[in-house]
Amino acid sequence: MSTPAPSVPGAGSPRHVWRRPQFVDNPWLRWGILLGLAAYLVYASTAVDMNLQRMLRGLPRAREFLALMFPPDFGRWELLSSGVLESLQMAVFSTAVGSLLSIPVAIGAASNVAPRPFYVLCRGWISISRTFPEVIIAIFFVKAFGFGPFAGVLTLTVATTGFLGKMLAEDIEDIDRGQVEAIEATGAGWGKTLLYGVFPQVMPRLVGLVVYQLDINLRESTIIGIVGAGGIGGALFNSFLRYEYDFSLAILLVIIGLVLVAEWASGEIRSRVT
Amino acid sequence: MLRVEHLVKVYPSGKKALQGCDLRVEGNDVLFIIGPSGSGKSTFIRCINRLVEPTEGQVYLDGVELTKLNRAQLRRQRRFMGMIFQEYNLVERLTVMENVLSGRLGYVSFMQAITRRFPQSDIDDAFQFLDRVGLAGYENQRADALSGGQRQRVGIARALIQHPKILLVDEPTSSLDPKTSRSIMRLVAELSKEHHLPAIINIHDVSLAQSFADRIVGLADGKIVFDGDPDKVNDATLNAIYGEEDWSKTIQRVEDDEENNNASAPRSSEAAS
Repeated sequence: MSTPAPSVPGAGSPRHVWRRPQFVDNPWLRWGILLGLAAYLVYASTAVDMNLQRMLRGLPRAREFLALMFPPDFGRWELLSSGVLESLQMAVFSTAVGSLLSIPVAIGAASNVAPRPFYVLCRGWISISRTFPEVIIAIFFVKAFGFGPFAGVLTLTVATTGFLGKMLAEDIEDIDRGQVEAIEATGAGWGKTLLYGVFPQVMPRLVGLVVYQLDINLRESTIIGIVGAGGIGGALFNSFLRYEYDFSLAILLVIIGLVLVAEWASGEIRSRVT
Repeated sequence: MLRVEHLVKVYPSGKKALQGCDLRVEGNDVLFIIGPSGSGKSTFIRCINRLVEPTEGQVYLDGVELTKLNRAQLRRQRRFMGMIFQEYNLVERLTVMENVLSGRLGYVSFMQAITRRFPQSDIDDAFQFLDRVGLAGYENQRADALSGGQRQRVGIARALIQHPKILLVDEPTSSLDPKTSRSIMRLVAELSKEHHLPAIINIHDVSLAQSFADRIVGLADGKIVFDGDPDKVNDATLNAIYGEEDWSKTIQRVEDDEENNNASAPRSSEAAS
């Protein structure tokens, strides 16, 4: 073994120039991309008709509109509370059913535990249910099953299986393979391996996701009423149509309060599960 | 007992991990497989219970050809092979008791598994094994609260409660400090004798192997290049297994092993690690 010669600073050897490697090597391509992006931004701003005049004209109207909202009118609290309660029921029920359904979907959509055909099926379901925003799904279910909370519950349940199924599937794919291997080595079958090798690893995450999903569904349940799928959203939309802005504000305040409580509760619960 | 014939494993990447290995294990021999990293030790042990599917060759356990069984039949046979892992592979979020009882999963029904209602005899067994490995009173601790040595003791209890015919042990001490390594290895060797269980143990620590082995097998490049008594291991055999090196400081006589004899109780230094 020969020892390398000790390096002496500034001893004759040419100085090395170092620069951080560029993300795109070719300078023409690099500057071309940046220029293209800038050009598109300019083009896009013309398309949305950015217009200072129009914004200035709109400001007083917005102020007028806001003034009409005050003070909030809680006079029709019965309509308000029944709508809010309906939203809450929809959210809780659809989260419960959707979470239960999303567990098999997630198992099926996890490539490390699911048999191949089942995997394709579950991944397909997740993709489809996540392609459409809740409001679009709600429109479809309202057309199919008529107005009311039933359509809303179906909407939120489908959305839950999509979101929760995807998140949980990804979590299952990330588990420690060694723990699963150990359970398999005892002679446990597929089901028992899931039970002892997989679920304990993803359980805290599942609880956290369900609470988060409840939070999401609560917010969504106030929106999908706009297309007739039950909950407080319908009353909100109608109040706008009837220029009852003070009632609108009352509804909005209740929704904001509800979402804040949900967010706080979900954060609190998730921080306690490990 | 255990018979391995012409075992070959070629991984999808094209790597030839095993190139025709033959091995017979009888009685309650503690057999150590030594060899450099990548020599196929882990693959060999995993091909026996088919956690890794062998490409060619046969494995027989008590006359049953494991290599031709379907999944359900294989599961039944896996119950008779207790496995102990390098990284312990305990289910971290389950209690020590659940981890030990998971060794009985091949015997209980799905409902018993899901409700954690194991037969009383299994629970008695579990307590007894926990006591034997020195973890009495730890049953309700979560596995992730234990130290490395303690975890491996749980892993040993999990393997034993299967009432296996053989122990497959994959690098049980390579994540442990030297002292804990010795006490774990001694425990495995003792239990093998107590339960009349042969054990196949992968290890890369030659002197540790020599201290506890009844027999040593050397694996190099997927081939068995040495098979014999521990005191037959010398410079030449180590050169054949690992390649040329100065071994004078490595080879250790069995009689050197005279540290403490109360093997199984976990020492406080280990618990604190």
